[in-house]
Amino acid sequence: MALRRRRRARPVLSTVVTGGALPPPSELELSRRAWRRSRARRSTLVALASTLLFAVVAYLAVTRSPGWPRVQTTFFSASVALESLPEIARGLLVNLQVLVVGGLLVLVVGLGIAALRTLRGPALAPLRFLATAYVDLFRGMPLIIVLYLVGFGFPALGLQGVPTSPFVLGTAAIVLVYSAYVAEVFRAGIESVHPSQRAAARSLGLTHRQTMRIVVLPQALRTVTPALLNDFVALQKDVGLISVLGAVDAVRSAQIQVGQSFNFTPYVVAGLLFVLLAVPSARLADAVTARARRRQQSGSLL
Amino acid sequence: MNVLELRGIVKAFGDNVVLRGVDLAVDEHRVVALIGGSGSGKSTLLRCAALLETVDDGQVLLDGEDVTDPRVDADRVRRRMGVVFQAYNLFPHLSVLDNVTLAPTAVHGRPRAEAVEEARGLLARIGLADKAGEYPDRLSGGQQQRVAIVRALAVRPRVLLLDEVTSALDPELVGEVLALVREVAAQGMTIVMATHEMGFARQVADTVAFLDGGVLLESGPPAQVLGEPQHARTRQFLARVIDAGRL
Repeated sequence: MALRRRRRARPVLSTVVTGGALPPPSELELSRRAWRRSRARRSTLVALASTLLFAVVAYLAVTRSPGWPRVQTTFFSASVALESLPEIARGLLVNLQVLVVGGLLVLVVGLGIAALRTLRGPALAPLRFLATAYVDLFRGMPLIIVLYLVGFGFPALGLQGVPTSPFVLGTAAIVLVYSAYVAEVFRAGIESVHPSQRAAARSLGLTHRQTMRIVVLPQALRTVTPALLNDFVALQKDVGLISVLGAVDAVRSAQIQVGQSFNFTPYVVAGLLFVLLAVPSARLADAVTARARRRQQSGSLL
Repeated sequence: MNVLELRGIVKAFGDNVVLRGVDLAVDEHRVVALIGGSGSGKSTLLRCAALLETVDDGQVLLDGEDVTDPRVDADRVRRRMGVVFQAYNLFPHLSVLDNVTLAPTAVHGRPRAEAVEEARGLLARIGLADKAGEYPDRLSGGQQQRVAIVRALAVRPRVLLLDEVTSALDPELVGEVLALVREVAAQGMTIVMATHEMGFARQVADTVAFLDGGVLLESGPPAQVLGEPQHARTRQFLARVIDAGRL
């Protein structure tokens, strides 16, 4: 059965037979629009001026502080930055790999855990209990401790076939922790779908699984996308923590170079690279949130 | 003196033109019923009048003041109007009493004790004095809608805008809400109401205005518009309403 969603169907606001376009705006309306435009221009100018003023004050305060010359050479040395950039960028590729692999795994595991937590019925209680315990454990434990436990504990077992690469173990630890967070986001989304939707689906004869897959999850996903993107931005920087296991990622290679030169600029470089990585996702999250809001209250003023 | 006057209201959502230049004058102590099919623009017209939408052209005058002028503070204007929505829109996290006293205290700055006393009086008048401490979800639809009307009245508005206030109600609950509207009208409140209740419009309204495709096709006393409609579209609409057993 092909259940195809019609995406972005126009909201049916009216059944009016739209006979022609808008009449040309009146003089009054034109003057109102002009006034609003000038108002908007003025607000923009005020905002620009105040931002500029703040920037100048902040700049002067920092550059005139007594320790500034030293800070400048140890943290913001252009030559050190240029020198360290290639190594750090190479390290960032490792972070990106962890991000992509980890991110996908987190989605799958998180969704699975959430599905387990929403199961009903006494027979499935143990599964539900396990899922709850998992979420409690990994949401409560600091990521860095999970990294130590997984990264150093597993190899210490000396079992055959257990990977020892810090890349793999670091990714596993991150997936363990983030899946717990994302499972809760999914669960909130699933529970936000009104019960009447479930009733309607079951009354059509759909099974619990079909109801989830075809009716509940698509609606839940829509509500939780902004929250998921927010978690993704958080994940982007937390992948830098695998450096504690010795994986040579951006943070680690910055550390190595700091150790060699006793100049902290490589940390700043690595930090900026992570920010650059996060900015597109943050804007994407904003755009998705705005779109969801528009869909909810199309055309409303408030 | 017109309390509310709409002049050439135009409103479009994207390329969907919902109102195409609507004029409507509402005299003090008068009741105007807006009728028309769904999608004819009744709700949008009320939302424009309440400044919940920005008009694309035309003017809304409240007591002779052009309130669509962007220099006018819309928040201050909305304080002088009461709006009741089809879906009640009571605040679910506030008790019935707090719903009614919210605007008088938070917006109009009246002392809480005074607002509470007046709210209790209003609730007693609609027979819901014992529900003051309840939350809206414990009330029936008719009770919620009556509370919503009282909430709108608590700020002593110059005009009350009612947007299909009975459309979401079970048939046996419609009567109690209409009775309240009738009482409010009898006390002299100026009212503009979008409605599908033709019988009620005939009895209570001073003017019935028929909207079709975003145009106000005809308006006049109920006996004229509902009894001897001039336009073919009005006759068609009324025939459909009669078919549906609503007149």
